[in-house]
Amino acid sequence: MILPALAFYLFAAVLVLSGMLVITARNPVHSVLFLILAFFNAAGLFVLIGAEFVAMILVIVYVGAVAVLFLFVVMMLDINFQELRKGFLRYLPAGLAVGAALLAELGLVISGWVYAGPADSVRAAPTPESVGNAQALGDLLYTQYAYVFEASGLVLLVAMIGAIVLTLRSRKGTRRQVIADQVSRRRDDVVAVVKVRTGEGV
Amino acid sequence: MSSQVMSTELLSQYLPILIFVGIAAVIAAAMLFGSMLVAKQKPDSEKLSAYECGFEPFNDARSKFDVRFYLVAILFIIFDLEVAFLFPWAVSLGRIGLFGFWSMMAFLGILTIGFIYEWKKGALDWE
Repeated sequence: MILPALAFYLFAAVLVLSGMLVITARNPVHSVLFLILAFFNAAGLFVLIGAEFVAMILVIVYVGAVAVLFLFVVMMLDINFQELRKGFLRYLPAGLAVGAALLAELGLVISGWVYAGPADSVRAAPTPESVGNAQALGDLLYTQYAYVFEASGLVLLVAMIGAIVLTLRSRKGTRRQVIADQVSRRRDDVVAVVKVRTGEGV
Repeated sequence: MSSQVMSTELLSQYLPILIFVGIAAVIAAAMLFGSMLVAKQKPDSEKLSAYECGFEPFNDARSKFDVRFYLVAILFIIFDLEVAFLFPWAVSLGRIGLFGFWSMMAFLGILTIGFIYEWKKGALDWE
């Protein structure tokens, strides 16, 4: 029983540390890499509470896709970070005020938190007995919640079309490959054999 | 009580992975710090200078990329999420019957419409 506790403290410590490094690292690429480390440790924590499906999805989607997208954004943006830091002292009071307001709100939320009565019974039965995490999800998602599932498909479709509409622009003067044109090209149309006499040129 | 037993059983299945991660961390640390300790360190300004195919690097690595890279990444994320929906479906396909099968087919059909749209729109070709 001591090993899960040890693993929890290890994962939690690395998670908090890498989360702090995300916001303090000088190089934004390094902070994205620390973010990936934080995702991995969060996946470890999810495994520790028994939510293995969520852990695997965290690794696949967040580490595999979202972090890559962040890296893309960080590397693509042509930002001079020295230039950005110039106004640091000028904006410090405003930033501190916003931070203080957020901290006060967090404090209010945490001080107003009470333990709900029925929470205990809900917490005690997260998944049915003797059934894995993914199977418990799959038994419900595709039959009982079929409408919500199809709606999520529609959301993904909207995201796909939106990304294409926003970012795709076809430039003039670029030549695309049209395979039908290439295949239907005949030799007689494009090649002519010319007999050239010596000393006369074409 | 039984959920407690189940969670320890689950965690014991993940123990090899934890050991594997530990071994990987130890090997990586050994490679990094071993070379730092064992190798001769004779720093020299020429040795430490950046080397890029024989000439000095002349500008920043951060330059403007084409926005198409971003489009490809977003489309990758969307299809990644689609695949994430397939995993629990595949696990419990035997239990959810024909209705579950066809609800996934409808989901895939919706996303295939999007796929045909992007194919026809030329979002996947590189000019």
